[in-house]
Amino acid sequence: MDVNKNSYTFGFAAIMVIIVAALLSSAAIGLKPFQDRNIELEKKQNILSSVGIVTDRDGAEELYLTYIKQELVLNNKGEEVEGSTFDIDLAKEVKKEADAQVLPLFISEVDGKTMYIIPLRGKGLWGPIWGFISLEDDLNTVFGAVFDHKGETPGLGAEINRPMFQDPFAGKSIFNGEEFKSIKVIKGGAGEDNMHGVDGISGGTITSDGVTDMLLERLTMYLPYFNKIKPTIEVDSVFSSMDSVVTVNDSIIN
Amino acid sequence: MSKDSLFSKKNMKLLSDPLDDNNPITVQVLGICSALAITVQLKPAVVMALSVLVVLSVANVVVSLMRHMIPSRIRIIVFLVVIAALVILVDQVLKAFVYDVSKELSVFVGLIITNCIICGRLEAFAMANPPGKAFLDGLGNSFGYGIILIVVAFFRELLGSGTLYGYPVLEKLGLYDLGYENNGMMILPPMALVTVGVLIWWQRSRNEKLIENK
Repeated sequence: MDVNKNSYTFGFAAIMVIIVAALLSSAAIGLKPFQDRNIELEKKQNILSSVGIVTDRDGAEELYLTYIKQELVLNNKGEEVEGSTFDIDLAKEVKKEADAQVLPLFISEVDGKTMYIIPLRGKGLWGPIWGFISLEDDLNTVFGAVFDHKGETPGLGAEINRPMFQDPFAGKSIFNGEEFKSIKVIKGGAGEDNMHGVDGISGGTITSDGVTDMLLERLTMYLPYFNKIKPTIEVDSVFSSMDSVVTVNDSIIN
Repeated sequence: MSKDSLFSKKNMKLLSDPLDDNNPITVQVLGICSALAITVQLKPAVVMALSVLVVLSVANVVVSLMRHMIPSRIRIIVFLVVIAALVILVDQVLKAFVYDVSKELSVFVGLIITNCIICGRLEAFAMANPPGKAFLDGLGNSFGYGIILIVVAFFRELLGSGTLYGYPVLEKLGLYDLGYENNGMMILPPMALVTVGVLIWWQRSRNEKLIENK
């Protein structure tokens, strides 16, 4: 057979492509469960590290069950809605209108401290950036933050997934009194006493700004919920102090 | 066709030649890009070497089996389809079973497709030889590639980070207490080029066959 005939060439190319396509798609389908499992464990690992629990991926599953006490799905009015928190695809949610979005919220308890973990998703310079930020039970103080990215510039924007960038978030406040301030990543560095800003990355300004925008946009969505539960948290603390007052009174009476 | 067995002396040369006399990196100077990029640590280097081993030996066999059927006008395209399919398979398998490594290698696994060694072996060897020999040639060349990768990564990780395969060797030896510090430059790509250069120098001064006539 003449392998250099045009018809043969076309036929050969067509058959080869079909075989390769079939092979690759069956491999992709067959391996998907394993890959999804890895992605799920990595997400759990990231959620845990935002509340200061460092684990490898194999340990993430168990620790996740231990520390994450509650998973909520909220709408932007601060109401709880039905749904599976863990399976919310934030990449799709952020594209919707604010009213149509569902917001995942994880509540964890570490050493008796309640912490609220908010998943983040935004835009960097080259592609998506994402992360988790955890707030202490005053819903104001940041306990920790982790970020990651798809393809930011190595050595510049890509540094957002390093502790050097993430650690300074701890202890910052997202509110100034009643006013929502979010946290800004500041080019040229934030001052020591700036409670609402952290140092930006030299040469990674657009990624840094992306983090700022992401925090502002995501946290704003949760404000109605914060406003709703804040009074109950404060009332709780008032109650506990009243209790002590009552006991003091009781002891005086007695 | 000669009747010698697959493990004859001649065929064994297919395996041993690329390790030294005809090393793809240090003699043919192919596949340098990946050699520079993923030799910061041993682990990705080993995984990369294994991935290339799988891709190159299988691609060699596949192309060799089809060598009488491939229309010569589209042979390079056929090579690329075969290589690309294998690389995607390797990438998917890595993602499923060694996720961390696949994250670290990220684009470089995809770049195996453009690794000149592979296309070069398919064109130069697999198209003209039976599958058994092609397989040995694939193994030999990927060993030759892998050995350089691993040697370079060994020195870069040891001198740059003070670890070997993630194990803190220098710390255990107590060198830091004596005032030793890691050489941060070893982590940067230029030092990979220098390391490869030193290897080539050492190899050429040792191996008489490689000394060129004046």
